[in-house]
Amino acid sequence: MATTYRTCPRTGLQFDLAAEKLMRWNAVAGVLWLLVGGITALLVILTRWPAIKLLPADQFYLILTAHGIDMLILWIIFFEMAVLYFASSTLLRCRIATPALAWVQFWLMVVGGIMTNVAIFQGGSSVMFTSYVPMQAAPHFYLGIILFAVGALIGCGVFFGTLVVAKREKTYTGSIPLVTFGAMTAAIIAVFTIASGAAILIPTFAWSMGWIKEIDAQLYRMVWWALGHSSQQINVSAHVAIWYLVAAVAFGAKPLSEKVSRFAFLLYILFLQLASAHHLLSDPGMSAEWKVLNTSYFMYFAVLASMIHGFTVPGAIEAAQRRKGFTNGLFEWLRKAPWGNPVFSGMFISLVGFGFIGGISGVVLGTEQINMLMHNTFYVPGHFHATVVVGTTLAFMSVTYLLVPTLFKREMIFPKLCQIQPYLYGISMIVLSLVMMGAGTLGVSRRHWDMAFSGAPFQYEWPGAAYLMMGLTGIFGVIAVVGGGLWILLVVGSLLFGKKLDGGATSDKPTPIPDQTAAAAASATGSEEHTNVPGTVVLAITLLVCFVLYYFVNWKYLSEVWGLS
Amino acid sequence: MSAILPPSQRLWWKQPIAGQEWAWIGIAFVWAMIMFVMMVYWHINGKQNLSNEVYRTTTEMYTAKTDAFVKENTIRTETELNIPVVRPNAKNEAYLLARLWSWYPILELEAGKTYKIHLSSVDYNHGFSLQPVNINIQVIPGYEHVVKMTPTKAGTYAIVCNEYCGIGHHTMLGRIYVK
Repeated sequence: MATTYRTCPRTGLQFDLAAEKLMRWNAVAGVLWLLVGGITALLVILTRWPAIKLLPADQFYLILTAHGIDMLILWIIFFEMAVLYFASSTLLRCRIATPALAWVQFWLMVVGGIMTNVAIFQGGSSVMFTSYVPMQAAPHFYLGIILFAVGALIGCGVFFGTLVVAKREKTYTGSIPLVTFGAMTAAIIAVFTIASGAAILIPTFAWSMGWIKEIDAQLYRMVWWALGHSSQQINVSAHVAIWYLVAAVAFGAKPLSEKVSRFAFLLYILFLQLASAHHLLSDPGMSAEWKVLNTSYFMYFAVLASMIHGFTVPGAIEAAQRRKGFTNGLFEWLRKAPWGNPVFSGMFISLVGFGFIGGISGVVLGTEQINMLMHNTFYVPGHFHATVVVGTTLAFMSVTYLLVPTLFKREMIFPKLCQIQPYLYGISMIVLSLVMMGAGTLGVSRRHWDMAFSGAPFQYEWPGAAYLMMGLTGIFGVIAVVGGGLWILLVVGSLLFGKKLDGGATSDKPTPIPDQTAAAAASATGSEEHTNVPGTVVLAITLLVCFVLYYFVNWKYLSEVWGLS
Repeated sequence: MSAILPPSQRLWWKQPIAGQEWAWIGIAFVWAMIMFVMMVYWHINGKQNLSNEVYRTTTEMYTAKTDAFVKENTIRTETELNIPVVRPNAKNEAYLLARLWSWYPILELEAGKTYKIHLSSVDYNHGFSLQPVNINIQVIPGYEHVVKMTPTKAGTYAIVCNEYCGIGHHTMLGRIYVK
């Protein structure tokens, strides 16, 4: 089969038409699941808002299960498949390996996703995203996730195959680009994650069919979280790769040092898998030594990697801006950044929100002893809405403003609304995360239908501040849903009604990078040439100060509770 | 567009790293080590560490142990459900059983004394969330977790279940008195 390539006249990016179609379908499937996830988010928020309490208990738990699965798995992994194909075939300017197999990936994930959702909405599988045994869901709940995971595994295989194709057909020289390297990190972690998922979900499926009598509840938690948490590390790698991508596209930014950035990704590959321990710190079954070593990703080396990216991404932007002449003071480069461009604004809010809110709260939550203050409280979803939503989802949203014109050949409709959307969504989601963490600090439980405990034999009255935090959660949650809904409307509207753009020339051979594009102008690049980045140093030190203060404040809290030994 | 292109210096790993980056990597590394040592330090000098004393158990075994403990040490019953209020035994041990959807029994402790509280579930996962102190421990069926607790202040405390355990999850509220 002949391969046809198209070179986008606006960006210089080259698309294999077979790969392009796969990217589009995967991205669109992701957006549709985000829509389902968004509707369920609204219902969850309106139920946990104490003044409204919309749904009855059974429907609340059903909807909450759907929200977790549809957002954390279906939306994000579909979009990541598009990212993997983009980072391999488009960035390496080569054909995609085995497009037919890639369609198997797509359809398996579609069938699996629908199957699991059918199980949830039939009502017998309200077991939450985590589906801890011995609570049992219908067999097709597990089977759907297994099929979906097999699909994702095939997608990773196609990605690796495409790397081989590019290498063999010599479509690039030297090493793969940093963004592709980041995507490769994500794909490697994905393979580990899916293997863990298979190791636990296949026996669990057999158990739900009655073929196996029992699954140890503690063992399930340990292996399941090697799927559950590691899959979030796929997201981290993917969205960090997208930060570098946006910095490159919006500013022509070069990594401060290829070596440092790639080494940081390597640390992710080596250590991020240990995170299943984060969920077992207050469990009976593991020793303290095991917990300390694993929760810290072996002495915090993966945290170190994130702190490095947190420096090099804004550093690359600052260096590029300074080279363009924005050299006044510490922050002219940042003030004069294109804040009206949603590709940049979304990416930058994602970076800051992930680092300051998601990152710091994650490390504190993952500290062995401090975890006892927060385990299973509302702090936990507060934390991961800052990482997975502000970090990953917002990064994906922002890169979509770039992809719609180049990949879908459509102009975005309502440019003014596009400008507002990342602020509306990003800021409301950051505040939402903070108030959720506030409620959790006061003890409020996650996955809990009724703060008033109606029907319980006793009463317990939460502090008034907890009700305030939950009310604010409701308000900012609704604003965030509006912000997310706006993005879906803008994207779907643009795909249907946006002005059609010229797709560019096609050819049956890969073409070299065309002249007069941003790609060409920056082609003779590599590590940044030692531009000082004082603004980034100030930002990084600010992060560190917040981090240290918040970390020790929590040790202080811990020292005041009952003695435990 | 450089992070999306192959590095132009083919030997990128031989490029020097700028001083500012080295400095940040150094600071971040030191902070990572401090955080790591902090957890170890707290095991040596901190007063809040989760116990590692755990035994395998079964629904029948744990129910029998709890029933025997309740039978011997009950001091009164409360509410129209006649939930027993139980003092720890002479060895300062107490049993707390989690089930759909209650914490059984009510415990009555004394401030400043150290107790061995046995925790387990006889059905699903449950979450021991002591409020308003805010101590949270996972309770897993098949595992008997023996946690040493030293209450600091007199009062009435609630045990909220904070691990989702089905439709009656929100009614699963227990109680501990501290005198």
